Amino acid sequence: MAAPVVTLKESAIAICYVYANDKQTLFSTAHFRQCQRDAAAPAQESVPEMQTAQNLTAFRQETRAWLEENCPLSMRTPMSEQDRCWGGRKFTFQSEDQKLWLQRMAARGWTTPTWPKEYGGGGLNKDQAKVLQEEMAAMTARAPLQSFGIWMIGPAILQFGSEALKQEHLPPIVRGEIRWCQGYSEPNAGSDLAGLQTRAEDRGDHFIVNGQKVWTSYADRADWMFCLVRTGTEANKHSGISLVLFDMETPGVMARPIRLISGSSQFCETFLENVRVEKHQVVGEINNGWTIAKYLLTHEREMIGSIGSAPGDKSLRDEAIAAVGLQSGRLADELLRAEVAQWEIDFRSQQLTMERVRAEIATFGVGNTSAMIKYYGTELNIRRHELLIALQGSAALSWREDSEARLWLRSKGNSIEGGTSEVQLNIIAKRILGLG
Amino acid sequence: MQLVLNEEEQMVRKSAAELLSDLAGPGVLRKLRDSDNPQGYSAELWQQMIELCWPGVLISEQRGGLGLGHVAMGQISEHSGCALASSPLFATAIVGASALTLAGTEQQQAELLPAVALGKLTLALALDETPRHDPTRIATTATPSGGVYQLNGFKSFVVDGANTDQLIVAARTSGEPGANHGITLFLVPRKAEGVEVSRTPMVDSRSAADIRFAKVAVAADQVLGKLDQGFATLDALLNIANAHLAAELLGIASESFRRTLEYLKDRKQFGVPIGSFQALQHRAAILWTEIELCKSLVIRALRGLDDSPEKAGVLTSMAKAKLCQIAELATNEGIQMHGGIGMTDQLDMGFFLKRARVAQALFGDQRFHLNRFAKLSGY
Repeated sequence: MAAPVVTLKESAIAICYVYANDKQTLFSTAHFRQCQRDAAAPAQESVPEMQTAQNLTAFRQETRAWLEENCPLSMRTPMSEQDRCWGGRKFTFQSEDQKLWLQRMAARGWTTPTWPKEYGGGGLNKDQAKVLQEEMAAMTARAPLQSFGIWMIGPAILQFGSEALKQEHLPPIVRGEIRWCQGYSEPNAGSDLAGLQTRAEDRGDHFIVNGQKVWTSYADRADWMFCLVRTGTEANKHSGISLVLFDMETPGVMARPIRLISGSSQFCETFLENVRVEKHQVVGEINNGWTIAKYLLTHEREMIGSIGSAPGDKSLRDEAIAAVGLQSGRLADELLRAEVAQWEIDFRSQQLTMERVRAEIATFGVGNTSAMIKYYGTELNIRRHELLIALQGSAALSWREDSEARLWLRSKGNSIEGGTSEVQLNIIAKRILGLG
Repeated sequence: MQLVLNEEEQMVRKSAAELLSDLAGPGVLRKLRDSDNPQGYSAELWQQMIELCWPGVLISEQRGGLGLGHVAMGQISEHSGCALASSPLFATAIVGASALTLAGTEQQQAELLPAVALGKLTLALALDETPRHDPTRIATTATPSGGVYQLNGFKSFVVDGANTDQLIVAARTSGEPGANHGITLFLVPRKAEGVEVSRTPMVDSRSAADIRFAKVAVAADQVLGKLDQGFATLDALLNIANAHLAAELLGIASESFRRTLEYLKDRKQFGVPIGSFQALQHRAAILWTEIELCKSLVIRALRGLDDSPEKAGVLTSMAKAKLCQIAELATNEGIQMHGGIGMTDQLDMGFFLKRARVAQALFGDQRFHLNRFAKLSGY
């Protein structure tokens, strides 16, 4: 008898980093990811520690002075969902300041601080990047740009792409000129992503792509897509997949937004009909796209898993006190008090575990925890919003653009996108615990 | 804040794992239980611990110890959990030695700590008077009379109390039960006149005691710490005790899980290992995740005791609350996933279940520490 298989086939791999009100989450999660990569990589230079510390102090002073001079005052305030700068051909800047801030940061490569200078990046080492992040946080400077280019496809091209692809695609990402979307899930390939059916037919120097993608975040606003397609046979699910890049304005590409339970439409269905994709736009080798897909999924999990852990976020404790009030120094509702305390302990345990894992990777060079972080972090965020609804009562349930209800509804997707909680548990059981 | 072990701590961890798996383990505990050993621990194990200087791990070098700190000692606590090791280490070398270090006079420390480090003196904290832990509900009184104090009252759940050399007794010198102020700690020899000890065998096969104090005369130089200010010492002491109990519970949870996971791979039903069923896989994966989270809380709490004891309250209550919850889950899942065999005395899983509940209840369970955490967090 075969082992029972996953039956959850619903929209699994959808992603959306936009998570209103989490302000710095994107920046901090991207930074976390970078720290992990840096920690895993061997040290680049072996200057004596003293000298490094002095250099870093000098770098901090220069950075602070530069930011002080170049960050417009209006870019030093907390950012709401509407204030984010995603860049791209279709993006309308909210203000001259927003545009100026992006241009100035991009010119220094600081939209992608650790990318190599030759592709427009900042060329900073991990310590310098941390200093930059700290100095920006200290003046509540907004992230000048956020994009799937920076978080996802850029690092993948850096690691797996040809030199030509790096030169073509990385500089426009740094400058915020091209906005990317991710074409992974399909109507019949959710949790079972490797079962994807979008076909790329070999026509010599190019492919002709036919199929349908779903849960494509912001496909209607993106300029280019990185897309998983089947180039080989379906006999071996994993080995016949390629990662290809194409312009969303290519004839035959059509994106249609999907209205969600929260009332917003961050995701699209994307239809691909006889779309021409040049062969040199394949990242890595043809039929070897699954390796890159897994690399991207791992990072995606860590990012989604650390959702709701932005340094500027109001703590649940503060939200609880604001909503329910204190009575003789205790939260006025005893049962809510216990639930809030339990949540806060669980949240701290997740935060500490991410810190511990980073330290273990740095010290021992091991770590296999992205599934755990994704699973637990998203379940925590869902619990947090359920508790907020309970704490705020009917006030949270009004159907306003900025009400807690929208965030609560959005959070339901956290345990689905990037691989469902059940898929994460499968990964832990099979790969870590060795249960077959 | 280092959340990984340094080399010294790794060495302690390794030697703890080796010694305890050789000389302790559920089999040793089973023998102690079946022979109704009144001490509740193996003399051979304690002797080995003394030879390795474990009783002195927390004691400063100046007082004849090793001064290695709580993270190092925590590795021994954790492996004591894995091996269900019963020994005077917790009551004497962790709680007792810390009480002396926190509150003892120069003379008390010089006299007693070297003896503890050498394994020549055992201690036990006589604190709780009610079945559920409450360090302020002290009704035992110490009344000044003729240059000495006279102790009257009752203590229960005194771990190692039946055969310890000295008791550390929390008694009220002023105020009413429930008040922080007015508690004073006293050092009282177990064999002092008026001390009536009755051993209470516990579900975990270890030894605890009910102790009655009737007109026990205690000299003024047996006061440990400041008069009426004993609660501050107790508070710091209970942080230490609970961080180590959390470490022990981590060991219990990890080892219960390891045994359960092994069983999921071995046990066949319907012609396949039961670990191939998704219902059990997901429960195992959730438990593994929770135990990973627990590891972080435990090392953070232990590190906090070494680096910033003033912040230890929140950190230890977080660790104890979560570890109580997860040790409970791990031992319950251990029984359930073993099925019928899990209910038998023959299988060792029951020993883990029973020890877990005693360690959970000692000095405050999940609810107690959830409440304490909220209080310390200002709500």
